[in-house]
Amino acid sequence: MARSVRIKDHHAEQRLFEGRAIAAAIIMLVALGSVIARLVWLQVVQYDYFADLSQGNRIKIEPIPPNRGLILDRNGLPLATNAPSYQLELTREQVSDIDATLVGLAKLGLLDNADFASLKKDIRSRRIFEAVPIKLQLTEQELARFAARRYQFPGVEIRPRLTRYYPLAASSVHAIGYVGAISEEDEKTLDLTEYAGTTLTGKAGVERAYERELHGRAGVQQLLVNAQGRSVERIGKDAVNLERQEPVAGNDLFLTIDLRVQQAAEEALRGQRAAAVAIDPTNGDVIAFVSTPAFDPNLFARGLSRPQYLALTEDPDRPMYDRALRGVYPPGSTVKPLFALGALEAGVVSAHDTRFCRGMWSSPGYGRARRDWKPGGHGTVDMRRALATSCDIYFFDIARLMGIDRMASFVSQFGLGAATGIDIEGERLGIVPSSEWKKRAYKRPEFQVWFPGDTISVGIGQGQMLVTPLQLANAIAALAAKGQRFKPRLVRAVRDVQTGKVREISPVSLPNVKVADPGEWEVAQGGMFDVVNATHGTARYYLQPAPVYKMAGKSGTAQVFSVAINERVRKAGELAEHLRDHALFVGFAPYDAPKIAVAVVVENAPGGGSAFASPIARRIMDRYLLTSEQWAEQEAKRKPTGPVATPTNTE
Amino acid sequence: MNYETLDTSRTQRTLTGTAQLLLALHLDGPLFVALCLVGGVGSIVLFSASGRSLPMLEAHLLRFALGLVAMIMLAQIPPRLIRTIAPWAYVIGLLLLFAVMFLGDITMGAQRWLDLGVVRFQPSEIMKLAVPLACAWWLHERPLPPSLTSLAIVGAGIGLPTLLIAEQPDLGTALLVAAAGGMVVLMAGLQLRYILSVVGLLIPVAYGAWRFLLHDYQRQRILTFLDPQSDPLGSGYHIIQSQIAIGSGGVFGKGYLNGSQAQLEFLPERSTDFIFAVVGEEWGLIGLTTVILLFMFVIGRSLYLAATAQDTFARLASGSLALTFCVYVFVNTGMVTGLMPVVGVPLPFISYGGTAMVTLMAGFGILMSLCAKKKLVSR
Repeated sequence: MARSVRIKDHHAEQRLFEGRAIAAAIIMLVALGSVIARLVWLQVVQYDYFADLSQGNRIKIEPIPPNRGLILDRNGLPLATNAPSYQLELTREQVSDIDATLVGLAKLGLLDNADFASLKKDIRSRRIFEAVPIKLQLTEQELARFAARRYQFPGVEIRPRLTRYYPLAASSVHAIGYVGAISEEDEKTLDLTEYAGTTLTGKAGVERAYERELHGRAGVQQLLVNAQGRSVERIGKDAVNLERQEPVAGNDLFLTIDLRVQQAAEEALRGQRAAAVAIDPTNGDVIAFVSTPAFDPNLFARGLSRPQYLALTEDPDRPMYDRALRGVYPPGSTVKPLFALGALEAGVVSAHDTRFCRGMWSSPGYGRARRDWKPGGHGTVDMRRALATSCDIYFFDIARLMGIDRMASFVSQFGLGAATGIDIEGERLGIVPSSEWKKRAYKRPEFQVWFPGDTISVGIGQGQMLVTPLQLANAIAALAAKGQRFKPRLVRAVRDVQTGKVREISPVSLPNVKVADPGEWEVAQGGMFDVVNATHGTARYYLQPAPVYKMAGKSGTAQVFSVAINERVRKAGELAEHLRDHALFVGFAPYDAPKIAVAVVVENAPGGGSAFASPIARRIMDRYLLTSEQWAEQEAKRKPTGPVATPTNTE
Repeated sequence: MNYETLDTSRTQRTLTGTAQLLLALHLDGPLFVALCLVGGVGSIVLFSASGRSLPMLEAHLLRFALGLVAMIMLAQIPPRLIRTIAPWAYVIGLLLLFAVMFLGDITMGAQRWLDLGVVRFQPSEIMKLAVPLACAWWLHERPLPPSLTSLAIVGAGIGLPTLLIAEQPDLGTALLVAAAGGMVVLMAGLQLRYILSVVGLLIPVAYGAWRFLLHDYQRQRILTFLDPQSDPLGSGYHIIQSQIAIGSGGVFGKGYLNGSQAQLEFLPERSTDFIFAVVGEEWGLIGLTTVILLFMFVIGRSLYLAATAQDTFARLASGSLALTFCVYVFVNTGMVTGLMPVVGVPLPFISYGGTAMVTLMAGFGILMSLCAKKKLVSR
């Protein structure tokens, strides 16, 4: 601060301030004077105009809710529509005793005692002449019951309106999601002017993710109101010219889901806690997205009572839980093709290198001796045969050679352990364990150490590795497309209801997986081809040869109950159901030019991946790739024996 | 006591006694009376605007009383102590703003409140006072008009809390805090060429804010301000309805408790931000002009007190408080009459709710402490 030192001159400053104060006072006078001028304009010059308008304000503006856009499958079959329904509305000023009215309605079975508190709060929060919906969708019977006793309930009216209707009930519910009453939580994110007349909003799945497209724009209508602000009837043609601005219906969505395939998959998984995802490897379109058990989304659109809600949330099978998106499972042997590819890419082994498998594996420093799933082992195996027979010993050894960090970074390129970026919310990330991950996941230093033995378990998709069915399907789609990757998506096009124009949404590519030698893809895919088609393949026995197309796949069995127990006890059936292994299968078809990649996960399945999950994957592919006649033929062959045949010989 | 010897009437004596009491309490008589008048008018109007709600009236009066207490107590603090506290109040306020950012409660989509278990309050309220005080503290011992370095520091000191508050998001308060700080700089004698270049800079900054900083709803507000008819059901509804209410009041108004717009609930937020329109509908041009003149008196008197204050700190701080109050009044009345966009700024002392009233009264308490006449009152 070596510049010229300025000295404070108090008198000068005082004068300066006074000048400023006077300037400020003048500015204030001008500003507030302009407000007064404005007031003179409004209240004197424009008085007649505004006085007129204020009379005209006996006309009240009321919002008209728009019709929600439809949700259609890829071929235009309706999955979510709007259906006329009747709702019960209560107007406070016309009801002498609200409690008695609610109790009376409950006696008719129209309301639930448990909802009284929230209903009363809702009623009291509205103006006394406003009609408050107290039950959203009445069934035919409820309507009849109320109509018969209507005279007992002055101030309670039935009003027809359009509400969400899911014609197929529980089908595809985990993809479509559902709508429900707007909650306080929702009010924070929604534009309340647009939702002024709307009672429902998307809560999950596509209904939630595409809320902006589906909702549309509210309309406005003018209502004639009397001095108390209540709506009155229009009398005569020329009474008042009331304006009405029609609402704009929401846009229709075309899903990527093929309803025929979706329903075939749902049928195949019926009765299981399971998930199946089918993806088009050429663009990431989700062809089928199944999580069972499911629930009827109409319950939410209709407004469900507390006991109904509790029944859903407390069901031990958790029907509300989206297993395809949020379920995390050890991938088991389904991840072996990726590790095989990774081993080639890392150069630790060549496709023709062999290992001799006698059913046991151990190596100094790698913990306890490991057993192959097949007692006695598979003999001499190269990579392709190791995949076809799902030889654990071979993969223990390549895991040892690769080391955990190379394994983790390779499979991560396929999107495991990370969000796939699908266009609905709520994905779980899963875990691809690595030494880095372990440091992050555990606080105590003694748990942060990565042990070589951990690597060996990960080599066959066990250990701490966890993936979602969606990730698995998308990874197999990338394998089928030789490294080309896409974000999975459920919505392929949006139809503007006003113009009728359909706007296609283009697929979103993700960074591709690149390998040094394209021949490596053939080894991994070839192993999967043999799983299904070669006599030594693990799934060969359970699958009839497919007509028209060839498929490739890989089974997996994920241990839930991991104790070192002997083979006899391990056999399914002797364990409690919830301790049984999960059955998994991944696959793609047609082998030469893949059009569909499938992942199936069945929790605590009655059979292993090959025996139980592979026929399900096959049915999904059949439905997608075969003509209707061919499909019917295949189904007819399947029906008598069912998906699980009894083995008559061993491999 | 021999009353005959005192050549004064009883009224005169009471007035003199009151004046002495006010002086002893370091309160400025005219300002005090004007504030009480505004508060009284506010309570009367609020009763009508709230739909004759007694609980709301009680709450309003209680807040006014609380504000009076705060004002009187602050007026007792020696000016030197206020000057010492100023930078610390600013630092604490800033820390609290950061706390809100990370721990604050989210109500109505905005993160403004800090929950202290017993009370919830908005740290941004503290900043309305702390920012001008801190700016005055920084500038008062440096030569005026301020140097460029000084200006840069003050600018940063104003900008940081403004951004934090705007992020909450609470654009109205952010603007008020920025205005309070800016007023100090203007009153400190900022050269005209700087003022002009800032105005010149403001245009690109405003464009940038429009593109990147403003939330959708804030942009919507400005758009609707430019063309209220474009969104008659949404934000434009406020402006249209408030203009109808005011315009239909005419010169004499429709009479107390008789405004059809307000009583029939056509006018939104009629007891809070749009209460000025209720005055206009029920009391007409006469009522509104009276209210504005009252406000003008408050502002003018405060400016006069500031100009006659003893030291630079007192002048700058009180000048800023007076002008910020003016900004309040202008932004609110301008918004309700359709001269300004809809920014959530309440009409001081008349709008219902919020901690704003207490903050304002506290500001006047500080002003009175700073500008009390030293010659007459011994400390």
